[in-house]
Amino acid sequence: MAEIRTEHYKSEARKAIKDRTLQGALADVQDRLGKGTAKAYRELPEGPGLRLKAHEIRMQAVENLDILLETLAENVRENGGKVIFAEDAAAAVTECLEIARRHEVRTVVKGKSMVTEEIGLNEALTAAGMEVTETDLGEYIIQLAGESPSHIIAPAIHKTRQQVGRLFAEKLGIPYTEDPPTLTQAARKALREKFLAADMGISGCNLACAETGHITTVSNEGNIRMATTLPRVHVAFMGMERVVARLEDHDILFRLLARGAAAQHMAGYISYIGGPRQPGHADGPDAFYLIIIDNGRSRILADEDFREMLCCIRCAACLNVCPVYGKIGGHSYGYPYSGPVGAVVTPLLVGIDRAKHLFMGETLCGACKDACPVDIDIPRMLLALRARLVEGDRRWNTPPGNLVEKSAYTAWSLAIRNRSLYDGLRWLSAQAQQLMTARDGMIHRLPFPFSGWTRSRDMKPLARKTFMQHWKEMQKE
Amino acid sequence: MPGQQTQTVSLFIQCLVDVMYPEVGVAMLKIFRKLGIPVDCPTNQTCCGQPAYNSGYRQQARTAARKFIEIFEHKEVIVCPSGSCVTTVRHHYPDLLSDEPDWHRRAETVSGKTFELTQYLVDVLGIDDLGARYSGKLTYHDSCHALRALGLQEQPRRLISNVTGAELVEMNDSDRCCGFGGSFAIKYPDISTAMAKDKVDNIIATGANAVVGVDISCLMNIQGLLNRKKSPVKILHIAELLAG
Ligand code: SF4
Repeated sequence: MAEIRTEHYKSEARKAIKDRTLQGALADVQDRLGKGTAKAYRELPEGPGLRLKAHEIRMQAVENLDILLETLAENVRENGGKVIFAEDAAAAVTECLEIARRHEVRTVVKGKSMVTEEIGLNEALTAAGMEVTETDLGEYIIQLAGESPSHIIAPAIHKTRQQVGRLFAEKLGIPYTEDPPTLTQAARKALREKFLAADMGISGCNLACAETGHITTVSNEGNIRMATTLPRVHVAFMGMERVVARLEDHDILFRLLARGAAAQHMAGYISYIGGPRQPGHADGPDAFYLIIIDNGRSRILADEDFREMLCCIRCAACLNVCPVYGKIGGHSYGYPYSGPVGAVVTPLLVGIDRAKHLFMGETLCGACKDACPVDIDIPRMLLALRARLVEGDRRWNTPPGNLVEKSAYTAWSLAIRNRSLYDGLRWLSAQAQQLMTARDGMIHRLPFPFSGWTRSRDMKPLARKTFMQHWKEMQKE
Repeated sequence: MPGQQTQTVSLFIQCLVDVMYPEVGVAMLKIFRKLGIPVDCPTNQTCCGQPAYNSGYRQQARTAARKFIEIFEHKEVIVCPSGSCVTTVRHHYPDLLSDEPDWHRRAETVSGKTFELTQYLVDVLGIDDLGARYSGKLTYHDSCHALRALGLQEQPRRLISNVTGAELVEMNDSDRCCGFGGSFAIKYPDISTAMAKDKVDNIIATGANAVVGVDISCLMNIQGLLNRKKSPVKILHIAELLAG
């Protein structure tokens, strides 16, 4: 399992907000990747309504997951691959270690994959004595730096080229430079050697196709293609929801994914991988394994409120437009998944109570839903998570929430039913506020629990007369 | 023609307007008087329940919803100066009461006739010029729920550009959240403030005298920061602008 640091949301957010470099980088990535999305959807020949069609395709797949996964497994086996179902992170890791042992693997190259971050694969392989190299440039950088990804598809956005220059000088032994092409060349050269020497290639899976029994991977650097064809063994990991029924569904989803992720028409490299090398093929691995991971997804599937989240294709479009992510960056979310997708998926994977800050610490602005290529209603699920936290839910091992707050809301719900009581309470607060009002007519300091507001902002005090009082007086005139 | 409009408008006054910014309600009243539209206002209304709903307190939100429905269900048309309160009534009430068929039906009835002010003026009445005056530069902030749940983007802008003497200057990222988010602003003040700062910087950069909005909650947040910065830029609810 990846380390869970969701409890530190607030303090990590504070740190990120103070980090000027990070703030610049976040603004830049959202500008570059997020701004063009809406236009890219509008320019689709089928129109932006294609997102709704994509939603339907994904939802249908999620609702028929059992059948699709069986068909997928059958067809992969037919193509000569092996399929393993892993119930949780530990099982998935153990299976991979076992495969590595069987094939006497010492060196591993990896294509970018979120699910392997989720199960903590790199740490386990390294602990077992293997050398693991991430081959996506961004992932490679943060691996060298010993950090974790801060964006789902642009994992190293928090690093400046100066930082990368120093890192490469130290780790790759090249003279210091901050010239991006030179740095990229250096990485390319180092990685090329790794690719050629590796025993095992590991990849994720952007989407699998049940009817053909293949998996599809997407990259802009071509590294996944190298990682999955050069080594003797290819192990692909997929979350169990990442499958659709038909090949034609892939076309729609990948066109949308590229637009959502980077306002591109199509990603640079899309590979359809259908198993190990067949007789007569020039390249490809001797053995192909597909490890299908549950790790909490069955529980999400069983819950009607959250099943929709399994439609997610991890494109990161929601991160690129989220105003909260744009301030706090990926590390604040305390788990590999960040931004709006993380705010829903992470609590469902690691515990609603444990990761509550992720869904409480959002404004419900709805930008994520509009940007999502498969039109996932993230705001609806943020609200549903909040309700679960309050009410508690045994299926999710979540005890009922904060009793003090609950009593406050209950008292409030009584007061708003009775206008006289409401007016009385308002009058009392107005009296108290008079003492707090400064000379400019605004309140500069409020007591707990409202002190958070006035730390940085002033507030207008309650009016002397409510609108209802004005109205009544005007009626008399 | 507005003259053909005979439906009585019932004012649904957002709680923040009622107790903190009553001038917005008064302005709304002026607008309808100017148009010759009959208005009433149930004075036993309080709050639509959005704060409870957004914080996960559905039971308490249901209590508020039922009360609201009882007050408003027999009204002809309900108009409110807040995009997010209208979103609560129009989009969330039916969901919230989906397990109780009778209440659900009543919720649907109410939600179908509840409108945000600019939505009612432009989309229902077909009015985009109220003969209002203002002298100076204005910029417009898109409140999230008005924009994304109600689709109000062009309507308020049309109303503003028809105000004599007003010059509308678009800010950068006008559709980006101001960081209010209800209790979020109090529970996550650092994040909220960081977002509000960007918003305020974008507002100030336009050189506008005031920022106009359709939701006083966002404007309250923006005002809080502007005032702390001692900025001369004012907030202006669109009702106040149109009543001028
Ligand atoms: S929720 Fe939607 S936008 Fe966000 S990563 Fe998933 S598919 Fe992409």
